[in-house]
Amino acid sequence: MSAPPAQSSTAQATWADVNRDVIRTIGMPGEKYFAWLCLVALVLAAGAAAWAWQIWVGIGAAGKRTPQMWAMYITTFVFWIGIGHAGTLISAVLYLFRAKWRTSIYRGAEAMTVFAVMTAGLFPLIHAGRMWFAYWLMPYPNQRYLWPNFKSPLVWDVFAISTYLTISVVFFIVGLVPDIAALRDNATGYKRKIYAVLSLGWEGSDHQWRHYRRAYGLLAALATPLVLSVHSVVSFDFAMALVPGWHSTLFPPFFVDGAIFSGFAMVLVLILPMRALFNWYPYITDRHLDAMAKLILVTSLVLTYFYVCEVFTAWYSGDHFERASVFAKASQQYAWAYWLMYFCNSVVPLVLFVKKLRTHAVVLYVISIFVLIGMWFERFNIIVPGLAHDFYPYTWGTYYPTVTDSAIIVGSFAWFFLLFLGFIRVMPSLSIVEVKEVLPHPLKHATPTGGHH
Amino acid sequence: MTTTANVLGVFAHVDTTLQAIRDLRAKGFSNLTVYTPVPVEEIEHEIDKVEPLSKVRLFTVIGALTGTATGFFLTIWSSLKWELVTGGKAPVSIPPFVIIAFELTILLGGLATALAILVLGQLPKLKPSSTYDPRFSVDRFGVAVACPPDKVESVQSTLTAAGAEEVRR
Repeated sequence: MSAPPAQSSTAQATWADVNRDVIRTIGMPGEKYFAWLCLVALVLAAGAAAWAWQIWVGIGAAGKRTPQMWAMYITTFVFWIGIGHAGTLISAVLYLFRAKWRTSIYRGAEAMTVFAVMTAGLFPLIHAGRMWFAYWLMPYPNQRYLWPNFKSPLVWDVFAISTYLTISVVFFIVGLVPDIAALRDNATGYKRKIYAVLSLGWEGSDHQWRHYRRAYGLLAALATPLVLSVHSVVSFDFAMALVPGWHSTLFPPFFVDGAIFSGFAMVLVLILPMRALFNWYPYITDRHLDAMAKLILVTSLVLTYFYVCEVFTAWYSGDHFERASVFAKASQQYAWAYWLMYFCNSVVPLVLFVKKLRTHAVVLYVISIFVLIGMWFERFNIIVPGLAHDFYPYTWGTYYPTVTDSAIIVGSFAWFFLLFLGFIRVMPSLSIVEVKEVLPHPLKHATPTGGHH
Repeated sequence: MTTTANVLGVFAHVDTTLQAIRDLRAKGFSNLTVYTPVPVEEIEHEIDKVEPLSKVRLFTVIGALTGTATGFFLTIWSSLKWELVTGGKAPVSIPPFVIIAFELTILLGGLATALAILVLGQLPKLKPSSTYDPRFSVDRFGVAVACPPDKVESVQSTLTAAGAEEVRR
């Protein structure tokens, strides 16, 4: 993960190089890969065992006591939904803005999005305790006398998250089809048959591309407001409640910004090792790292602004409970989490003002880890200390994590990485078509004008 | 008894491919299939001159509006089944329902757009075209021409003159 030996620019790679470099990453992996896989599977098994234990003995195993009924599960749920933001932002918003640098990272980011939302989706089930009644969450008129309350932000959330997962999966699959066709054309035997089915017989004819391109543009146009809306809706889960520190119109942009911030950090955490492992230096260049680092820096600054606003609003509102809530967060039992969040999210990313460090793989990696920790604690700080100190002293209470819920949280990371590790070995984790699109097109006579998007 | 023959020209460059399309069109051959490894804007412009505008957007708008209608229908109808006043709000309160309608607009609009790729692009394609070549997913362009058998030579010479690397029937 150290600096690459030789920085070649994308201009040197040809279209055939792209096919070769991407296809060679698929197939029989080495021992290191299996070692990682085993480790991740073990951690996941521990998480699954913890979940089984929680189902057996009941939700009390997760350390949930009044008033801390949301605790770590909803914290981690919001964290994973946030992680899932970068993928569709890259594939939809940056597509519409014709940001060429997206092409090298968008496949990895999209996979990350789908897997992150799949991980997040586990938490309402885990949190609900009796997960075999999970279908009761689906809001439709029913014969069980359950009232589908469409005025509840939790119901909005069901719609927002399911829509986001579905559209992200559609984006992911639509982008993969032409790439799988390239895999098919390179494969033999049973693999060829499997890829032929998965590629839907894609041939790249003008007829297919014409509809494909138009559809892709329209999907991007639909997904753009979705990206912004999904975390806004998640923030309504808090902002619609009256709990001090939650009931704020600041929440939707605050959540969306934080989501993009943590999403890009996770993209870097995944992309940087892949770049070193697969030797993708010609495709994921310093320019890409620089662009991502700048985005992290900007979102960090915006987040800091929101943090300041939050404190200012509490003070300026004159509301006793708002002020007390902020004071409790900053000085009581959870103060360490509060200041850790500020340090990770507002102080550490400032390093990225130094141009050289924006392209330094190790520095970026370390900063990304800090950002992920900081963003997990941001959600923790909203939920746990928020509920620990609301209106009446008799409802105040401290939450203590248990082995069970901690193991489930760590297990969710294992589940996410297991999905991702599986993906990079069976599917192209760099988009063959889109990377080729931004390379100079082969021309015989005219002067090369470079790729378009 | 076939009345049409298929001639394929394989090209290595965008400009030669474009030249071949223009030359063939000028000579009156309109039944062309162009294979490209990536979508190429110049070639798309050339194709768009004769092809009608893609109907994908029709799918999108129908899907999206169905979503909006479903969202409002589901929420209003359910609320009328459970006529409960909560938070001082009438059972049918439009503002929160807009969120459901918005999400379903995007959901069904997106799914209909994906469906359009399948329906309009005629996917899945169960049998590969006779003129398809695996190189078309790497770095070669193909121009396949369906023409009467007596015109094959004319097509072949046009493709070669435009700069085809390889011409075959």
